[in-house]
Amino acid sequence: MTLDPAVERLLRDATPHVVGAIVRRYGDFAASEDAVQEALIAAAAQWPRDGVPDNPRGWLIQVASRRMTDHVRSETSRRRREALAAGPIPLGLQITDGVDVEIDSVGDDTLILLFMCSHPALTRPSAIALTLRAVGGLTTAEIARAFLVPESTMAQRISRAKATIKSSGVPFGMPSAPERSARLDAVLHVLYLMFNEGYASSSGTAVHRTDLSNEAIRLTRAVYRLLPDEPEVAGLLALMLLTDARRAARTGPDGELIPLDEQDRSRWDRQAIEEGTSIVSATLPRGSVGSYQLQAAIAAIHDEAPSTDTTDWPQIAAVYELLARLSDNPMIELNRAVAIAMVHGPSAGLALLDALDSDERLAGHYRLSAVRAHLLERDGQHGAAIECYRAAASRTTSVAERNYLLMKVARLST
Amino acid sequence: MKYMLMMHTPRAGFENAGIATWPMEDIKAHIGFMKRLATDLHAAGELVGAEGLASPEHARVVRAGKGGAPEVTDGPFAEAKEFLAGYWIVDVPTTARAYEIAARASAAPGKDGVPLNMPIEIREVMSPPPAD
Repeated sequence: MTLDPAVERLLRDATPHVVGAIVRRYGDFAASEDAVQEALIAAAAQWPRDGVPDNPRGWLIQVASRRMTDHVRSETSRRRREALAAGPIPLGLQITDGVDVEIDSVGDDTLILLFMCSHPALTRPSAIALTLRAVGGLTTAEIARAFLVPESTMAQRISRAKATIKSSGVPFGMPSAPERSARLDAVLHVLYLMFNEGYASSSGTAVHRTDLSNEAIRLTRAVYRLLPDEPEVAGLLALMLLTDARRAARTGPDGELIPLDEQDRSRWDRQAIEEGTSIVSATLPRGSVGSYQLQAAIAAIHDEAPSTDTTDWPQIAAVYELLARLSDNPMIELNRAVAIAMVHGPSAGLALLDALDSDERLAGHYRLSAVRAHLLERDGQHGAAIECYRAAASRTTSVAERNYLLMKVARLST
Repeated sequence: MKYMLMMHTPRAGFENAGIATWPMEDIKAHIGFMKRLATDLHAAGELVGAEGLASPEHARVVRAGKGGAPEVTDGPFAEAKEFLAGYWIVDVPTTARAYEIAARASAAPGKDGVPLNMPIEIREVMSPPPAD
């Protein structure tokens, strides 16, 4: 079934509001979210045939409410049957009617749902899947395709995630102010991983892949509209735009990875670069600097340069140093080594890598071998570079990375 | 009928004479071949699933130890001459078709474009009991 893009957009945009309205009315998040999913599927079947109703949101709320009423009725009779067999119904299992308040709080609903779906008790893959369904309005089948797992597996993962939220007892509402910033971090992290999942695998062997990166950008845009003064939200949106801008140039005709320094920069998306750059330049001076803003700044420096040689590497090295101060992550140090090598020569970069050899978090990681190989190659030590490229190729678990590293070996060997 | 097609690669080949020693054009041709195979099987509605497996040096054997706790060892395949490099699961009307697909996969191009003629093990996937 192919849906008219305008209708699809309408449905997807309406999703968080409809879920919010139903949860507020009936109280049960898990069942409400299922009911909305059914309403969305009904709309996708009916609207192209019968036309879009005058009040699409009202239509969806009505259909989802009807499903909820059916659900409550069958649950009640099931419990009555069970009660007859097993004695009185425990108080906690009795159905309580949700408070029926109909406030127009589309934005709040989106945020509340995002906070809920990024609940710390959930694994990150579950949080991403639940976010895609409850906030993004994707069907279970679409999400399953995006993750390359069978639909029944994804359905199970989503229903377990909802059960986890239910047993954690979080109410459907905005977290308190002190809690909010930690919860916002979790939301941004989920959106960031969603983006990476789509971006990293865009060159994999997958034939069909729902575009997770675009969905992550769409949702982050929504958060940015709602919280324009949160610098890290702006930073994350800018980072996604500036990274995604290079997508077309990042893979060759056979799906092989093309590294930054060999990309055809005329294929970069100028509009996305402009938007991302203007967001990050407006945000950075405001002072509350975080890691998404800094990563966006680095991406912007790359995106503005006409070539690797004309890239402002001293500035990139400086931003990596700021990043390293924010978080103790050896991957940052690894990237900084590349920047330092571009400024002071490969041996300066290699010296930094030697210091990372003893870091247990990187032990045996292919990236350390890959970066070392790259710097050795720049230093003219081809034999040693080949060894490191080979080691990296045997360690990576990404087909596209492995192929890229094997090509490097082949190129240096001839 | 569903079949699992398992691609076995000689271990020695992987480590010192394998793909890591081929010229770039040959590697490209090999990758392109595998990609086309997956695309064609998908387009024909025959592909159920396919995965390439990471290098065997990460492989571990797990047995339940005391109290069911995992007991992890590196062996015994350190001496194995071949290892499973990847698999396809295809859904096809006949065994002959499964053989055909396996033969195509087996002939993936290697160094200088010479077909590798890798051994592809074929196993039928068990099916649910017939409907009453």
